[in-house]
This record gives sequence, structure tokens and C-alpha cells, in this order.
Amino acid sequence: MSDEMGYEGEVVKRFMYVNRKAPYGTIYALENLETVLIAAAFDQDVSVVFVDDGVYQLKKGQDTKEIGMKNFSPTFRALDDYDVEKLYVEKESLEARGLTAEELVVPVEVVSTEDLREIMAQQDVVLSC
Amino acid sequence: MLHTVNKSPFERNTLRSCLRLAQKGSAVLLMEDGVYAALSGTAVSDEIADRMDDLSFYVLGPDIAARGLSESPLIGGVQVVDYGGFVDLVVEHEASNAWL
Amino acid sequence: MAFQFNGTTVETDEEGYIQDISLWSPELAEALAKDENIEMSDDHWEVVNFLRNYYEEYQIAPAVRVLIKAIKKSLGPDKGNSKYLYELFPYGPAKQACKIAGLPKPTGCI
Repeated sequence: MSDEMGYEGEVVKRFMYVNRKAPYGTIYALENLETVLIAAAFDQDVSVVFVDDGVYQLKKGQDTKEIGMKNFSPTFRALDDYDVEKLYVEKESLEARGLTAEELVVPVEVVSTEDLREIMAQQDVVLSC
Repeated sequence: MLHTVNKSPFERNTLRSCLRLAQKGSAVLLMEDGVYAALSGTAVSDEIADRMDDLSFYVLGPDIAARGLSESPLIGGVQVVDYGGFVDLVVEHEASNAWL
Repeated sequence: MAFQFNGTTVETDEEGYIQDISLWSPELAEALAKDENIEMSDDHWEVVNFLRNYYEEYQIAPAVRVLIKAIKKSLGPDKGNSKYLYELFPYGPAKQACKIAGLPKPTGCI
């Protein structure tokens, strides 16, 4: 562990949120995003990862009007305001779905599986869904 | 890190993603429907056997028993733990990642 | 919970945030502000409108720290600070102003 002290002397932990599910078929993606915002509001060191179908959460051009659900893809663009700057997308997951980084709603760091293993191993807390 | 997998490898890709992203030296505990992945002679057995050198694999005994699998052969090297062993694994590792 | 406003039933959660954002109007905002003992001035409206635009763009009500930072960025440091915003909305700019703006409770407010 390498806890560092945040401002006001609070302990800052490294939280990684791993998104593996597509956005609207289940509630997981939206709930996970809300958890990310809450962790960020508490000044934790937050990173967000998109692997497997989780990469579909970031696809540009989502329009949910006719399915009666909230389109939460614009909220990913607010992560920067919350000082969540570490967004990782696994290259293999992106390519397997025929997507490129240009088709995503936010700038992300596209990383290899090996790099992602390393980054994940450095976390204090990992939450996957 | 301790990774836990609780979904059947025949229904979900959870196990495969876990194996892909688990770093060398990590532990993987198969539990609930994830225990089906611990059996030898299945379509996914080789995926676990191939990682036996750099990961340690555990399976939760009570979930094996509940599914009528106590007599079924497991992949060589997979260690059976009880709930106490599960707790020990959590304590031994700095962080856990529950693949849901 | 619910109350009547101009002949329409407006549902709220237990903390007074309106449930259906489409029912919001400037008149309803004035009424919600009155409940909070706030007389809406141009300065109040500037913050409320800022929040509504933020919600329109990002689909969330920002946490107070984020709101202050965003206001500072677009309206300058004279307004993007907690003293100014707490003077306008004494019980919390994010909480009170969001309620008046017809938005959900800010994400990250516990």
C-alpha cells in the first residue's frame, strides 16, 4: 500500500473502477458511474477502466429517447471536472468490437492487456462490474 | 491481488477476462457458479491449466458440494478451500477484485 | 410528497427535489425558492441557469466543489468561490440551487 495524504490530511487511496458491461441492458454501468463520481467527490485517486462490453458505454452518438432511459454518456465528459483524468480502455476489447478511440465520447488512454495488468496490480481497491 | 470469479465460464466471459488481466503471482478463487471452471475435462479446463505456473487457483468447497461435484475430478493444482480458507485468502492479499 | 402548482400536481422526493424535471418553469423556481426563504435576484438566476445548462450538457447535477470550479471557469473568480455562492444559497449552493433549478440532488452529496 502507498497511501498518501490528501489535503486536510485525509488518506487518499487508489480506486479503480472496471466497467465490463454494455450501457442499457443492465443497471450496472450507470450505477458504477455514480459510484465513480461519489469516490471522486471524496478526493480519492480514481481511475476508470473499460474492458469487454464496457467499451460500448463510451460509444459516441447514443440516443436513448425511444427506450425511455437516461442517456448517461454525456456524464463521462464531466469526469474531468471531478478531477478523474485516468480513463483506460483496453486495446484488445476495443478492436474486438471494431471500434477506435475516435468513436468514443471522451479522450481515453488506450492500453494493452499487459499494461492494464500492471496498472490494476498497483491499486488499493478494485471494483469490477 | 485476489481475484474472485462467481459466474459459470459457459454463460459469461468473466473467467476469461479475469485470466487475461490477472497479473503473475495473483490468486484466483472460483466460487458460486464459477466453480464449474475448476472441473477437469471441460472446454475451458485448458485456459486454467495454461496459467497454473503464474497464478494460484482455489475453489470454494461448499459451492462444489452444493452442485453435486464433490466426486468430480478438478484440474490439477486447483486447491479446495472452505469458508475459513476464503477469509485467509482475503487477509493474505492486499486487494481483492470481485469479477461480477 | 407532492404539491399543487398552477393546477398541476408536482411530485417531490422526501427532501423536496422535484421528480419530473420537465415540469420545471421559472415560476415554479420562484415558488421553490420561496420555500427555501430565498428571494430570487439576477445573481441567483445566474447560478440556477448555470446549473440547468450544466445538467443539459452533462446529465448530472455537479457536486459543490465541481460547481464552484465550473463557475470560476466560466464566470470568473468573483463568482466562482464558496463565499459568494453560500451567500446566495446559505444551505449549500449545490443543494439549494439544484432544488430550485429542478435538478436531482447532486451526485456526490451524501
